[in-house]
Formats: sequence, C-alpha cells, structure tokens
Amino acid sequence: MNFYGGTIHNGFNDSRNSFGGFRGVDDYNFQPDIDRGFITRAHTPLTTVTSVLALSYEGGVVMAADLVGSYGSLMRFKNCPRIMRVNANVVIGASGDYADFQYLQQIIKQKIIEEECLDDGISIKPRALFCWLTRVLYQRRSKFDPLWNTFVIAGLQDGQPYISCVDKLGTGYEDKQVATGFGSHLATPLFREAVENKPLPSKEEAIAVVKKSLEILFYRDARSFDKYLLATVDSNGAVIEEPQLIKPDWSLAALTECP
Amino acid sequence: MASVMLPVEPTPGFSFENCRRNEFLKAKGYKAPVATKTGTTIVGCVFADGVILGADTRATAGSIVADKECAKIHYMAKNMYCCGAGTAADTEATTALISSQLELHRLNTGRVVPVVTAATMLKQMLFRYQGHIGAALILGGVDSNGSHLYTIAPQGSTSKNPFTSMGSGSLAAMSILEKCWKPNMTEEEAKKVIRDAIAAGIFNDLGSGSNVDLCVIRKGSVEYVKPYEKANVKGTRTGNYKFKRGTTEVLSKKVVPIIIEEEIVKPISSDSQMDTS
Amino acid sequence: MALVLKNSSAALNQHSFSPYADNGGSIVAVAGDDYVVIASDSRLSTGYSIYTRDQSKLFKLSNDSVLGCCGCWCDVLSLTKLLEARMQMYLHEHQKVMSTPAISQMLSTMLYYKRLFPYYILNILAGFDNDGKGVVYSYDPIGNLEKSKFKAGGSSGALLQPVLDNQLGLSNIKEKPEAITLEKALNVVKDAFISATERDIYTGDSIIINIITREGIREEKLELRKD
Repeated sequence: MNFYGGTIHNGFNDSRNSFGGFRGVDDYNFQPDIDRGFITRAHTPLTTVTSVLALSYEGGVVMAADLVGSYGSLMRFKNCPRIMRVNANVVIGASGDYADFQYLQQIIKQKIIEEECLDDGISIKPRALFCWLTRVLYQRRSKFDPLWNTFVIAGLQDGQPYISCVDKLGTGYEDKQVATGFGSHLATPLFREAVENKPLPSKEEAIAVVKKSLEILFYRDARSFDKYLLATVDSNGAVIEEPQLIKPDWSLAALTECP
Repeated sequence: MASVMLPVEPTPGFSFENCRRNEFLKAKGYKAPVATKTGTTIVGCVFADGVILGADTRATAGSIVADKECAKIHYMAKNMYCCGAGTAADTEATTALISSQLELHRLNTGRVVPVVTAATMLKQMLFRYQGHIGAALILGGVDSNGSHLYTIAPQGSTSKNPFTSMGSGSLAAMSILEKCWKPNMTEEEAKKVIRDAIAAGIFNDLGSGSNVDLCVIRKGSVEYVKPYEKANVKGTRTGNYKFKRGTTEVLSKKVVPIIIEEEIVKPISSDSQMDTS
Repeated sequence: MALVLKNSSAALNQHSFSPYADNGGSIVAVAGDDYVVIASDSRLSTGYSIYTRDQSKLFKLSNDSVLGCCGCWCDVLSLTKLLEARMQMYLHEHQKVMSTPAISQMLSTMLYYKRLFPYYILNILAGFDNDGKGVVYSYDPIGNLEKSKFKAGGSSGALLQPVLDNQLGLSNIKEKPEAITLEKALNVVKDAFISATERDIYTGDSIIINIITREGIREEKLELRKD
C-alpha cells in the first residue's frame, strides 16, 4: 500500500528515500529497554487537550477545538493550536496527548513537503490520510506504545463533505459528524440532531451548532477553555480562522445552591 | 427467648450477617451475582408553575436489556416525586422507605411536608451508607415555599438546581438542557425541553432506551404521564413463529393409570385463616 | 493475553492501556443449496456510546464470498486489509480469484498466526463450497474453524444461535420441510435482528444484508431501533 500519494517508496517504515531527510515513524520511536523479552514503556499522557468537534454542512465541513493544554487538572498552556491544515481539502484535529500530536504533526508536515516537491498537482485526500492514520496508530498500539490521541480528519473527498475519526488503538470510522473526548458525550446529541434524517445544514447553521456546543463544553467540561480555533473546508479551500472567544452566560449558575 | 407469642424481632436496617461469608467466597473466586442497573437518563427542571421530572424506561443487566418499560419516577408524597438512577433495587427501596417516613411525618405534623425535608432524609440515609447504596436521585416537588429540585448523589451530597440530569445519559440530556432551558418557562415549553433531554439520552446513550416518562408537579396537582412518548417502536417481524400442534414428536407412550386407594375430605370453613404452620 | 511489566513502579505510574476494545455488533449467516445470506447490524459502539450508526461489518472479498467481522474494530480494519492484500497476491500468482474454501483456510491460518496476541474478532465467512453449495465458515478469535449451514455471532450471538438452531436446524421438530428457502432464511435473519435489538444494547440502528447467489451479491438494508 502506498501511503504517500505519489512518492515511490513503500510504506512509512522506509527510513531513507529520494528526498533524504525524511525518517519513518519507526525512526522517531523511543527505543524501549528490552529485558528478558519483557518491555516497559513510561508512556502516560501529560499535557492533554480536550474535545475536537467536526460537523458536515452542505458543500463542506466545519471543525473546532479550544486552545488550552491541561497538565492534569492544571490549566498549564493557553495557546495550544491543534487543528492543522493539511492542504486545500483537508484539516486534521487532535485530542489527547499534545506531545504525541506535535510528533505526528511533524511527520504529516514532512509528508506535505514531499508531496509539494513532486509538484505533480496531486495532494492527499482525507480518506487516504484517515487510512494512513489508522495504520500508524494501530502499529503503535500493537507495540504497546500508543500515540495517546484521537484524531479527527475533515475535508472534501471528491467534492463531498468528509469526516472521520481514529483513536489511539487505530479504531477508525467515518460519519457526518464526529466529536471526541468530552464532546463525544456532550456535543454528539446536538450534532446528530443537526444531520440525522434530514439534508445537511447550511454553513451558517452548522457553525452555530458547533459554537453552541463549544459553549456547553465550556460550561461542563472542566478541561475546556473559552478561546478556540474554528476551521472550515469547502469550495473556498481549507481556512483556519483567527482564535475566537466564547461569550458565556453564567447567570444561570447563580440559581444553583448547595444546601 | 423466641416463641410463637414473642417472636424475635429482626433488628432494623440491613443485615450484614453474610458479609464475611461473601468475602470468603469472593476470595475463593466465586462471582457475586450482578444487580440490575437502571443505566439511565433522568432529568428534572423548574418551570413557572412547578417542577417537571422525566425518565427513560430501560433497565439493564450488563449488556442485556432487563426491562423495556420500567418506571423510574417514584412516588414520594402527594406533592413530591423522585427519579432514580443506579442500582434498581436501591432506588426503589430508598424512595419507598423515605416515602413512608414522609407520610408518618405528615401525619405527625399535620402539614404538607416540605421538599427540603425529603431531600435531607434521603441525603442523611445515603451518606450513612457511604455510597454502598447505589441510588442517584433527582427529587422534585412543590410546597408552601415554591418549587424545588434537588440532585442527590449516592454518597449523599446534594445540590439544588433549576435543571439537572443524572444517570449514564446525563451528559446527553445535559447538552439539551444547557441549550434549551430558560427561567420561567411555560408548562408546554418545559415539557418539550424535558422530552428532548430524555430523547437525547435514549438515542445517544446505550444504557437508556424505550419510552419517555414525564411527571409534572404543580401547586395542588400532579400529572404523571407514562408513557409520555413511545420514542421507539418494536420492529414488526415478517415470519410466523407459532408452533403447530404436534411439532414435538411423541417418541414413545406409556400409560400409568391413577389408582385411588382412599378418599379423605377435610372441611374448611370460609372464614378460617390460611394454615401457614 | 498476559502482559508482564518489568517492575511494579512502572505499572503504578502508567495509565491503564488495553490494546483491545469491544465495539459490539452482531453477524448472522444462513446458507442454502443455491444461496447464502449474511447480515450484520450497523452500530459501532464503545461502552455506553455509539461511535456511528452506519458502519457495515460485511466485507465483500470476491463475487461469491463475503466476510462478516465484529468485535475489536481496530483489529477488524487491520485483518480485512491484510486479507484483501493476500487475496490480491493469490490472484496475481495463480491467475484466479480465491475460492471460499481457500479463503476459509487462509483466514484460519492468519488468525492462528496471531495466537499469542490475537485479533479479537468474531469472523463469519459466507460463500459457496467446492460442490457449489452455500456454506458458512465461523471462527473463534484464534482461528478455530467450523463449517456449518448457519451461524450467529457477536454481541447477540448467544441470543440468536438457539433461534437459528430451532428455526433452521429444526432440532426436535417433527415435520421438516425439504429445504430452507431463501425467503424463509431472509425472514429468520431479519426477525432475529429485530428481536436481538430489543434485548442487546450493542445491536441496533440498521442491518445490512448480503444475499449471495450464482448471479452475484445483492444488498438489502433494514432499519432497526435506534435506542
């Protein structure tokens, strides 16, 4: 299987290729200490990022994720962008361990550079990236050294809205909407309401649902934040907007008492 | 000493006499039977003239649906109802126990019992058992001080909210409540919000399912609607699964005649008690 | 699968990681003399959450072989990708498409190859045997292979297998029809899923049915409860 959309070498384990610098996933791996055949790895998520939301609309997709990086329950980093523009048709968002995301982001950036070097006008499509990610994550889970992330891939697949999701085991699926982390519980009901058993919503409607979901997550997910990035992919290309702020209304909170 | 005239009265409260035996069995590898959970969506909200409670109707035992139409909104008093999530037996027993105490309290004081009294009794009982009674409750009611809605966790902590949800579908329900709830809604608006919140639980949470039950408590009146909406209908089967008479083959036949050796008639007067000795 | 950690302090600091997940789902397959029906539900779930309501668990391997897989979905994706690649290799090497019995043996071997780190998948393969009759092959996660005329597996497997034994196996039934017709098989498959959805929380949303005959593969879809 060729994961590189045009380059000649095969698979991501190939460490040397015609473009020199690129190293495969394997070469970046922390080499575990191996003793009597038993392996230990000190992997645990440290700086974590919370939900990613993605929703289809007529002619495109919208993705949103906040900007906070949590260190346990500490709100440690306040500018952790985690939506990445892959090309004019694809964006990718991550939740889970931020370091693991940045590591994979480097690899994807390298893939983009290789693709541009070829200059054949072909760029990776969202489903191909999704398939590649399921393999990378499955390979790591099989080594008991997972990349502690859930990725959401959104974009246009042959002109049609496309959203899919891959978790740290390599479990992958496609749907009209995806929400990860806490959002899978809190935002999914609103997303399903927007896309199930009816035609896709308009861009404005979809963005409104996503913004409302971010607001609800800000109220109820203790690891969430009011500053977020919102990206859209449609015929105008993949655009990640400048950071925006949720305008919360905490007046209802005053109605709760703890007797 | 125990006798027929003076039976041993069981000590009140739970019996712990099998605890050590059960620990021993557990250590031996014996698996304790699982209790039915109501893996649930329950919600409640305050509106202009009272409180509305809502619940789904699925009870589960592991991944199997144990009951498709169970009732999760329990009667507490004329002016008070209580939704229960968690271990089915615990929510049932806890609400029934406190309900009977509330009735005694009402007869003692001769007044409508305030909702806060029920909330306090529930939390004190649950706290005593440190979360081992797996009852997560939403208590709603109307009294002389107005409408009240309490959330009571299994460990005994409480909060008084304008809207709340509990159970495995609480997050799905909360997304709808956070989006749609407003202060001073009309009854119709509030019913819609509660219905939507329960439906979100039913369709997005696998622990919740089947129908929407609703209970509207106003000053002086209660409307308990079960089911308020049949959110899911059973699919219609295409085949016929009635067995024809004689489907099971008779392989062999042997007739043993009944021989009556003696006939005894024992007269029973119509007003005598059933013999249980 | 036992994973032994080198020292306990490392285990204490580690987030619990399990390489497996149970993503639910059920498969039912029924074979007749000149047809095979295989169906799966379309719910992909984890814990109490639904990932998606529209994920077919049937994989068309050739014009007369369909594989149904459920269990750990990441293993399903990996195994089916590998299986498709191996079938391609066979095609190029032997200039012919793999027959269902050939696939059945290869699948068993592939599963047993991972004996010590298994694919947690329930596989049911439907197709035609060397005599041209419908056949169902079912597997346990480590490659034990069983050939039969009908099989139910997955989260509702234990609920449905007795129904199939009674309705299709006709155990302890006096008057036996000559053969199970395609219509009867389809009815039983659909009704089995309708009933399973009532009682199994991991089965629902819709079913996808593949009807394999000598003419090819026909697909049907039937909506189920969504709760």
